[in-house]
Amino acid sequence: MAYGEKVLDHYENPRNVGKFDQNEDNIGTGMVGAPACGDVMRLQIKVNDEGVIEDAVFKTYGCGSAIASSSLLTEWVKGKTLDEAKAIKNTELAEELALPPVKIHCSVLAEDAINAAVEDYRKKNA
Amino acid sequence: MNDKTDKPIYLDYSATTPIDERVVAEMLKYMGPDATFGNPASRSHAYGWQAEAAVEQARQHIADLVGADPREIIFTSGATESDNLAIKGVAHFNKKRGQHIITCKTEHKAVLDSCRQLEREGYEVTYLDPEQNGLVDLEKLKAAMRDDTTLVSIMHVNNEIGVIQDIEAIGNACRERKIVFHVDAAQSAGKVPIDLASLPVDLMSFSAHKIYGPKGMGALYVQRKPRVRLEAQMHGGGHERGMRSGTLATHQIVGMGEAFRIANEEMATENERLITLRNQLWDGLKDMEEVYINGDFEQRVAGNLNISFNYVEGESLLMALKDLAISSGSACTSASLEPSYVLRALGRNDELAHSSIRFSMGRYTTSKDIETTIKHVRTAVEKLRELSPLWDMYKDGIDLDSIEWAAH
Repeated sequence: MAYGEKVLDHYENPRNVGKFDQNEDNIGTGMVGAPACGDVMRLQIKVNDEGVIEDAVFKTYGCGSAIASSSLLTEWVKGKTLDEAKAIKNTELAEELALPPVKIHCSVLAEDAINAAVEDYRKKNA
Repeated sequence: MNDKTDKPIYLDYSATTPIDERVVAEMLKYMGPDATFGNPASRSHAYGWQAEAAVEQARQHIADLVGADPREIIFTSGATESDNLAIKGVAHFNKKRGQHIITCKTEHKAVLDSCRQLEREGYEVTYLDPEQNGLVDLEKLKAAMRDDTTLVSIMHVNNEIGVIQDIEAIGNACRERKIVFHVDAAQSAGKVPIDLASLPVDLMSFSAHKIYGPKGMGALYVQRKPRVRLEAQMHGGGHERGMRSGTLATHQIVGMGEAFRIANEEMATENERLITLRNQLWDGLKDMEEVYINGDFEQRVAGNLNISFNYVEGESLLMALKDLAISSGSACTSASLEPSYVLRALGRNDELAHSSIRFSMGRYTTSKDIETTIKHVRTAVEKLRELSPLWDMYKDGIDLDSIEWAAH
């Protein structure tokens, strides 16, 4: 399968790979997907007192497009408020990465991951 | 990359092989206006006679490799056609006697889909589960046999995991129940010794391009004594004893014959070399954590190693290994995103089925290639595990089965 340039760039040089302590109050963790389906994404956000995402990290088990989708997402959410981050749509990720139709589910999974991370943070800080 | 050609290192010999230069030279004698171009079926002039002689010589070479009589070799367009002809041909011919067929879940799609077609026509098919090592349990096979079973189809060497089935034992069990036995030998001819004169096998499918011959060329062995009857699937001029009509492709047939002749001469030494390479590859990888061989290690064809790298997803691994020409399963299914149905049938869990790579080595693979391969694979797996949340969890001692995953 041929990959687009941007997917390859994120795959070769993934941004913000890492892990935060998920027990910290200022951390929101979203883990989505399933090993059985060949994709698992873990996206974590660090939120400051103003409710702005100041840092984000990810780890992804999945194809190159899944890795690229989550890598790109960590770049996009930094500096955004929680609501702004939740407003990111999978179609924007898919468009930016020029994902082929069979890989759209990777961008959907990334959208699920950021939503889950925001939910997790809000639940902890409710 | 291969130093000499700047191309990826080719480790996908189970998908196809290049045509050996000696085979190309033979084939060229039958192409072009000054070549022996006649129709082998033309009986009225020398053009035809010469072409016929070339075809019969090739038939002899093929028969010699597998211990058959040349009259038992029927030329086809490839192993897929041979499988179709054998399975549908026998099922249709014996329709009145019975409509039950037995095969295995790890067979090639050419066998499985021929069986599916027969199911649509009203036949019943039993798809056996292999054991965890990929081999068919003889007792389970015997238990599946019924009075109305007319055909058993079990492959000799599996295309994905390379395991070698005990076709002698399976054949004997079929003989006891007077059931026709078909073997898909696309991946075994020229790699595993075959002696059809003594083996209890009624039909066997062969491919030319898996052993350095041309694509689009195959053969079906149809035993003469006792005679196996089948219904033709291709009708026309009555070529190949009426079993497969169509003008014989002289140059293709000559290529297949030469490829089989060379395999016959070189198989023993080549297998020793390939086993050394396979051991070199496995020795270079086996100390990594969470690495598993798929399929029985001993009962395995020399050039194949199928490995699962746990917690790494296969497609991303193939992407990281762009300097290697390898596959995550069979070429026939690599366009789909499904994990290998063969590994699933072995009972491998989804993660391991998703993380498998097939390395298949052949005539032009060198020790240097394997050395480079080991380096690339280790680097790629380490990189992807750094990226893998599953690897993190494994390292933290979390049991992945204890988590409720949201399947999507």
